Amino acid sequence: MSSNHPFGSYEPVIGIEIHAQLSTKSKMFCASSTEFGAGDNDHICEVCTAMPGALPVVNKKAIEYSIKMGLALGCQIRDRSVFSRKQYFYPDLPKGYQISQFDLPLCEHGKVEYILDGKKMEVSITRAHMEEDAGKSTHHGEYSLINLNRAGTPLLEIVSGPDMHSPQEAAEYARTVHKILRYLDVCDGNLEEGSFRCDCNVSVRKKGENIFNTRVEIKNINSFRFVEKAIEYEILRQIDCMETGEKINQETRLYDPDKNRTFMMRSKEEAHDYRYFPDPDLLPVILEEGYVEKVRRELPELPLKRAERFQQEYKIPEYDSFVLTQEKEIADYYEKVVKASGNPKAASNWVMTELMRELNDAKKTFAQSPVSAEQLGAMVMLIDKGTISGKIAKTVFAEMWATGKNPDVIVKEKGLVQITDTSAIEKAIDDVIAANPAETEAYRGGKEKLFGFFVGQVMKATKGQASPDMVNQLLKKKLAGG
Amino acid sequence: MSKALDIPTVQKVAELARLKLTDDEIKAIAGQLKAVLENFEQIAAVNTKDVEPLVTPTDLKVHFREDTVVVQPDLDAFLANAPARSGRLFKVPPVV
Repeated sequence: MSSNHPFGSYEPVIGIEIHAQLSTKSKMFCASSTEFGAGDNDHICEVCTAMPGALPVVNKKAIEYSIKMGLALGCQIRDRSVFSRKQYFYPDLPKGYQISQFDLPLCEHGKVEYILDGKKMEVSITRAHMEEDAGKSTHHGEYSLINLNRAGTPLLEIVSGPDMHSPQEAAEYARTVHKILRYLDVCDGNLEEGSFRCDCNVSVRKKGENIFNTRVEIKNINSFRFVEKAIEYEILRQIDCMETGEKINQETRLYDPDKNRTFMMRSKEEAHDYRYFPDPDLLPVILEEGYVEKVRRELPELPLKRAERFQQEYKIPEYDSFVLTQEKEIADYYEKVVKASGNPKAASNWVMTELMRELNDAKKTFAQSPVSAEQLGAMVMLIDKGTISGKIAKTVFAEMWATGKNPDVIVKEKGLVQITDTSAIEKAIDDVIAANPAETEAYRGGKEKLFGFFVGQVMKATKGQASPDMVNQLLKKKLAGG
Repeated sequence: MSKALDIPTVQKVAELARLKLTDDEIKAIAGQLKAVLENFEQIAAVNTKDVEPLVTPTDLKVHFREDTVVVQPDLDAFLANAPARSGRLFKVPPVV
């Protein structure tokens, strides 16, 4: 679907700017808190309210987080980068300029890889630069109200090349960047709270052409599904314009998810003149020799690499490897279960089905799971050793989930040990055969489908604790040999 | 040497700076800006080939802050100078 997009003889060209809020405790240039959901103007100070004479001081953590992300995006890190002032007027920008980076950004020339429909895709990263967020304004007709809690929050703006050619590619790219940010733990990735926002640049050209037509920017989309839908709508709108000869204007549009359409926010014909210049209040950020390499050494294994390793090392299917690496927390948990159980395939099944279902239902994260990875691993081991059957294991798991007890304790307490005693199973089989003469005769007369019926009856008689393999074996013998 | 700043350019700059100017002011400022630009042109005329752009004239290194939160004891002080407020929010003329 990704490359065979349904746009006829047209080819969309898409680039994305992602604003990721860095998860520092304090703001980019001052010590005010970045905590979400505080009372009106609770997190402000002289710097982020632009009091005369107040000077910005760079947050060390914000630099570290930006470098981490830059490296994970395969970027070159500039050892000397410069903050610039971007001037524009809006009441939620108290200084009258935003501190950003312009010609000397911290990170440049990277790339991101991801898999879409089994194909490896690559998107270039033009740059990733640091900047501060603006405040929040709400509009009430006669007046507007300004809350500066968010003003000065550190952002990393990640700018992709115009390398994507379908809404699906764009959405998957955004998901991938989101996943990497979460892996590095440099952004909480919360889309509802605005910690991760996408601006999508969309233009359309005839297939085979190598030109860039007028592009439209769709701003502040905060869901991956809406990225896909907004871009799709915008592509079709532009194709429509080209077909009818209507001029496509360079403008900023917003996406309305309820109506599934984009509408104009402002025209860019009178392009902003931001009059960038180096901020004289801030010295160039010069990184000590060896610092970038130190950060690089501390990078965790990234999601795509980890998924590929899972496939090779644990011999699990591609799909499973992606599900298990969607969050670092999940992948870490899974690997602990593998270690404790020695059975990667069974570990993957239990994590992906039972555990994920329960966590979803209870709206819990892996870190909040009442069943620890070690406990789940021990349970898988009990199955592999034949102590419990796979079926009984579900009962054990439910009990572990409810009580947090260790699996061996539950098995002992509830008397759930699998029956592997031949004579006990044979006794149960004999009873079942004696109690069902008609079925026995029919089976022996050729109605082999009835075998399942007998298995069911024997399992029922043994309260599900008989070893299924042994039941199958012994039952076949008994039914045949009668 | 510099061509006089034309009226539309001055108007545009004023607009970007959100300044409301009378016609007389625009005319006066066009002349003043011309003088300013001429000063810069004089600087621009210096041959800077092979000279790295200067971001700061000092040798000081950037000073970083640790990522710690400091709570302001008197938040109302930051709102005290606001011409208008609503509760703890700044109240400004309508922007949309």
